[in-house]
Amino acid sequence: MSPTTYSAASGLQHEEALLFEHAHEDATSIALPGIAGDACPELAAFARQTPALIPGLSEPEAVRHFVRLSQWNHGIETGFYPLGSCTMKYNPRVNEQVVRLPGLAGLHPEQPDDSVQGVLALLFELQQWLGEISGLPHVTLQPAAGAHGELAGMMVIRAYHDARGDTTRRKVLVPDSAHGTNPASAVLAGLETVEIKSGADGRIDLEVLKAHLDDDVAALMLTNPNTTGMFESDIAEICELVHAAGGMVYGDGANLNALVGLARPGDMGIDCLHINVHKTFSTPHGGGGPGAGPVAVNDALAPFLPVPRIERHDNTFRVVRKDAKSIGAIFGSIGQVGVLLRAAAYIAAFGRNHLHRIAEDAVLNANYVLNRLKDAYHVPFPGLCKHECLLTDALQEKHGVKTLDIAKRLIDLGMHPMTVYFPLIVHGAMLIEPTETEARETLDTFCDAMLEIAAACEAGDTEALHAAPLIPFRRRLDETQAARKPVLVWPLN
Amino acid sequence: MTIPADLKYTKEHEWVRIEGDTATFGISDHAQEALGDIVFVELPEIGRELAPGDAFAVVESVKAVSDVYAPVGGEIIEVNEALEGEPEKINTDSYGAGWIVRVKINGGSGELLDAEAYATFLKE
Repeated sequence: MSPTTYSAASGLQHEEALLFEHAHEDATSIALPGIAGDACPELAAFARQTPALIPGLSEPEAVRHFVRLSQWNHGIETGFYPLGSCTMKYNPRVNEQVVRLPGLAGLHPEQPDDSVQGVLALLFELQQWLGEISGLPHVTLQPAAGAHGELAGMMVIRAYHDARGDTTRRKVLVPDSAHGTNPASAVLAGLETVEIKSGADGRIDLEVLKAHLDDDVAALMLTNPNTTGMFESDIAEICELVHAAGGMVYGDGANLNALVGLARPGDMGIDCLHINVHKTFSTPHGGGGPGAGPVAVNDALAPFLPVPRIERHDNTFRVVRKDAKSIGAIFGSIGQVGVLLRAAAYIAAFGRNHLHRIAEDAVLNANYVLNRLKDAYHVPFPGLCKHECLLTDALQEKHGVKTLDIAKRLIDLGMHPMTVYFPLIVHGAMLIEPTETEARETLDTFCDAMLEIAAACEAGDTEALHAAPLIPFRRRLDETQAARKPVLVWPLN
Repeated sequence: MTIPADLKYTKEHEWVRIEGDTATFGISDHAQEALGDIVFVELPEIGRELAPGDAFAVVESVKAVSDVYAPVGGEIIEVNEALEGEPEKINTDSYGAGWIVRVKINGGSGELLDAEAYATFLKE
C-alpha cells in the first residue's frame, strides 16, 4: 500500500514515557520561596515535613509530555472518523467563537433570571427549534447526554401512566437491534424490558410486535433509522399498534442525522424523542463528553417534563423551578449550556430552509460508500441505506480475516475504524457513518483503503492484516485484559 | 450448526454431559455462534458448590459479556484452564475442547432439553 495515499506515517512522532518515569529528584517547574517567619502560626502543625510523592519535572518536560500524548490521539480534526451510530461530524470553528463571546462565556448558572435574559432567549429559541425539527413541541434541555435523555424520557412516560392511575404498565419493548443504552435506561427508570426479535430484513416484525403488545406495555423504544442503517418503513403502523395497546413510543434520536429537516419523528407517531445535539448538531464529543440530550415530547407527556425549564412571558424569560406534575430536576442547571449554544449556532448556520441538506448529504455520503464497497464486502441488508451503511466480514472470513483485522488495518492507513461488531444481530458487523461533512475525496480515500484490504484478502496477502496496526507505537493490544485488569496506579517506593 | 444427540441442553444455551456422578458443562454451538469471537472466559474456583441455575462462569466475546448458568447442581471438581490462554476453543470446538467445568453431581437439575427439543426451541 502506498504511504502517499494515506495520512498515517511514522514521521516526527515521539514515544512517550509516564510522568513518573520522566521524573527526577528535586526538579520542579516553579520554585516557591519558603515561608518566612510565622506567617500563619495556627497552621504550622500541618506543614508538610517530607516531599510530596508527585513526579518532579521542569515545565517544558511537563508540557512536552502532554503535547506528545495529545499527538497520539485521533480526532475528527486529525482524520476520517466514520464511527457508525456516533455521527462524528466536523465541529465548525464558528461555533467555538460563538460560545466564547464574553456575554455567554462569562455567565454563571446561578445568576438571577433578570441578568441572563440573553442566554435564556437563545435557549428558549433552541427549545422551539428542536420542537419544530422533531415534530414534538415541548422540550427540556436538561439531559446531559443521549442516555440521560433516554432515562428522562422513560421517567416522563412512567409518570404519565402513573398519573392516569395505570400503575401496572411497566413493560418496555426493545428491539434486539437497539443501542445497549435503551434497555439500561428503561431499567434505571424502574421499568422491565422485553427484547423483540428483528425480522429478516433487519426491521421490526409487525407480527412479533403484536404478540408482545398487552395492557402491561408502557412503551416501545425504537431507533429510526434503526442501527442497521435502515428506515423502519412500517413506523406509522408500529406507532398505531403501540398506541392502540395503551403504550407510548419512545424514539432514540441517535440517528436523527438521517432525518433532520426532511422528516419529523412526531409526525410518524413517536411520542417522546431525545436528540443527541452533540451528534446531529455538531458539538464536539467522544472521550466521554460533555454532551447534551434534550428530550422533546407531545402534549400528553408535556406536564411531566423535568424542571427547571424556560418559559416565555411576553418578552421576558423565566426559569420555572417547580411544577407539581414534573418528574423534577435531573441536572444541576438548565442544561449543558455551552453544548446547547454550539448546537444552536449549527442550526442557525443552516437555517430553516436548508437544514434538510444535512440529512440529504449524510444519506448520500453513506450510500456512496455502500455502492463503492458493496461488491468487495458482504451487505447483509441490500438496498438504500440511510445515514450509515452496514457491511460484514463474511467474504473475508474464508481468508481468515475478520472485522477486527480490517478495523485495525484502517489505523495504519490513517483513519479511525468504523464501529465494529454492532449491531449485535449481525455477525462481524462493520457500521460506517461518514456524515455530511466529508468531501467526496475523503470518502474515496476511505473506500480505496477498504478495497485494498479486500484485495489483499483475495490475494492471500493477509499477514499485515493479522498483525495490524503496524505503524502506531502500540500494536494490537489485549483489549480484554486492558479492560478487565487495568493498571491505573504507579507503585510508589 | 451441530447439536450432539448425547448431550442435554438448557434454554440459556448451555450443554451438559452426564457420565455417572460427574457432569461437564459448556455452551452450545448456537451460543458461540451468536456471541461471535470469544476473547475471555472467567472460570470459577474448584470446590464451589453450584445449585441449578447458578451463574458459574463469564464468557466475553467481541460483542457481549454473558453469564453461564449451571444446568445441574454439583461441586466443581475441574475447570478447563486451557480456556485462559485460548478462549477461542469455545468457538472452534464448543462441545469438545471448549468445555468449561466438570462437577460432581449433587442436588437437582433445572429444565433440561434433549437434542431434539433444543433444536425445536432454537427454531421458535
